[in-house]
Amino acid sequence: MRWFSARSLGLVLGASLAWPLAAQSPTYGLGRTARPDEIKAWDFAIGPDGKELPPGSGSAAEGARIYAASCAGCHGKTGQEGPNDVLVGGQGTLNTNKPVKTVGSYWPYATTVWDYINRAMPFNKPGSLTANQVYAVTAYLLSLNGIIKEDAVMNAQSLPQVKMPNRNGFIGDPRPDWKSR
Amino acid sequence: MTQSPNRRRFLKSSAGVSAALAAGVGAGRAQSTAQSTAQSTNDKPAPDDPTQAPGSPARAYGERSRFEKTGRAPSSQGTSSGAPLQDLNGIITPSSLHFERHHSGVPDIDPRRHRLMIHGLVDRPLVLSMDELKRFPSVSRIHVMECSGNGFRNKGAKTAQDAHGLVSCSEWTGVPLALLLREAGVQPGASWIVAEGSDAAKMTRSVPLAKAMNDVLLAYGQNGEAIRPEQGYPLRLFVPGWEGNISIKWLRRIKVVDQPYMTREETSKYTDLMPDGKARQFTFEMDPKSLITYPSGGQKLANPGFYEISGLAWSGRGAIKKVEVSVDGGRTWKDAQLQSPVLPIAFTRFRFGWKWDGSEVVLQSRCTDEHGDTQPVLADLVKARGDHWSYHFNPIQSWKISADGSVQNALV
Repeated sequence: MRWFSARSLGLVLGASLAWPLAAQSPTYGLGRTARPDEIKAWDFAIGPDGKELPPGSGSAAEGARIYAASCAGCHGKTGQEGPNDVLVGGQGTLNTNKPVKTVGSYWPYATTVWDYINRAMPFNKPGSLTANQVYAVTAYLLSLNGIIKEDAVMNAQSLPQVKMPNRNGFIGDPRPDWKSR
Repeated sequence: MTQSPNRRRFLKSSAGVSAALAAGVGAGRAQSTAQSTAQSTNDKPAPDDPTQAPGSPARAYGERSRFEKTGRAPSSQGTSSGAPLQDLNGIITPSSLHFERHHSGVPDIDPRRHRLMIHGLVDRPLVLSMDELKRFPSVSRIHVMECSGNGFRNKGAKTAQDAHGLVSCSEWTGVPLALLLREAGVQPGASWIVAEGSDAAKMTRSVPLAKAMNDVLLAYGQNGEAIRPEQGYPLRLFVPGWEGNISIKWLRRIKVVDQPYMTREETSKYTDLMPDGKARQFTFEMDPKSLITYPSGGQKLANPGFYEISGLAWSGRGAIKKVEVSVDGGRTWKDAQLQSPVLPIAFTRFRFGWKWDGSEVVLQSRCTDEHGDTQPVLADLVKARGDHWSYHFNPIQSWKISADGSVQNALV
């Protein structure tokens, strides 16, 4: 997969060759070393391997209750009714005239579901769910989409193992991609 | 500054008439000024003769004349507002009019308490206050910033602002990110950074380390003053030439990592679905684009005669090399004048003298950047990408001028 165009790659490789290794040490003596507890408090971006996932666990049954209370108002009773982003369904539609992009049909990584709920949801009270609750809501959405079994427990070990249906649905940047008529 | 052969020919042949026509141009612009004057003088009329009494005293922070009413156009959900491109001069967008896009509102941040943390695959994880950040060697650069979705809602849009307003150009001041990454000491195996904001969305995107080490800024200044809250006060990432959302605002954290983190904003959003069901991801660079801002949709030409067609061109990949204008719906093209300075990854102002004969015409502009990349017509993009994409929309913009002088969006 090509992350960005050959043109800018040439540019940045040129720049990185000129990147002096000797300068990789404190030069200006500004700021201070981050404390481990400060890093831990903010280090919650979850990559695809899930190594930053915190302890805790949850399953779809618990997630259903939290979803009904905190999520259904914007995403619908079953994740399909809106008014905001549709979360459930749409598998098999991406190459049709009416593609439906949901967590189940489009999102390539289950870790992203955990990350985004933990990061930014519920919209009016982000950061209010505990780790267990985030695992539970994630499990519920994956279960509604038929990706995990209803009784599956999601935790730091099991979540990164979940194979999303559209895992291989993304390609790189082919631009310039058009030809003049 | 180069003057195109076309421009020279035009001036030569029309030297006699242009003076006479200047009166007509003045009348056209005076008309719209008169309308806004009428609205604002509902409050308090300006004195008939401002020379008859002393004016107002000095003030700490300036404001525009009360007769100037142009503004951004906030979306119905309040998550974005477009810049009034049709009302701007030159290449700098005033900070007050710079477009906005945010994912969970504009946070209220006390700079005295704001911190930037750099950690991950580094020798020395750092915490920096704003005061400390401002002590590092800094640079200022004039750059365009464009939302990756700009232009997408073009269909049915009436004005340049509605159609293309999610783009602006400012002078940005800050510390090169490469300098701070060297200060932290990037470890072998690092290949990406993850940047995170301190808004309620905690907006997060992955940036290739090679780009981070190249030209990315940690910006705290915009057009000479502190960055506006809508633009990320007190600190934002600025990633030149790349889609706007990757320039994380209200920046609080950079983690150096060994892979892209596949955040929601680079998987579920800001990806483009192709007809075969595959989606393009990490489509970072903004393509070359131009539009005529005068005359443009919603404006009205007062009468036939001379007009200076004017507009903006930019490319996320470098400097604009050429802008062509067509006054016959794309059948023929002539070079426009480029106003200096012509800077890489910045608005370039173009001008094209033109005499309107009063008939229905379609005006278009087409830019070419230093790499030879240019703008397609919409049909070319649809042919290449299908119907279910929305980002990186850069086709040629058409404005139709009717016989009565009214200007409409005629994207073709």
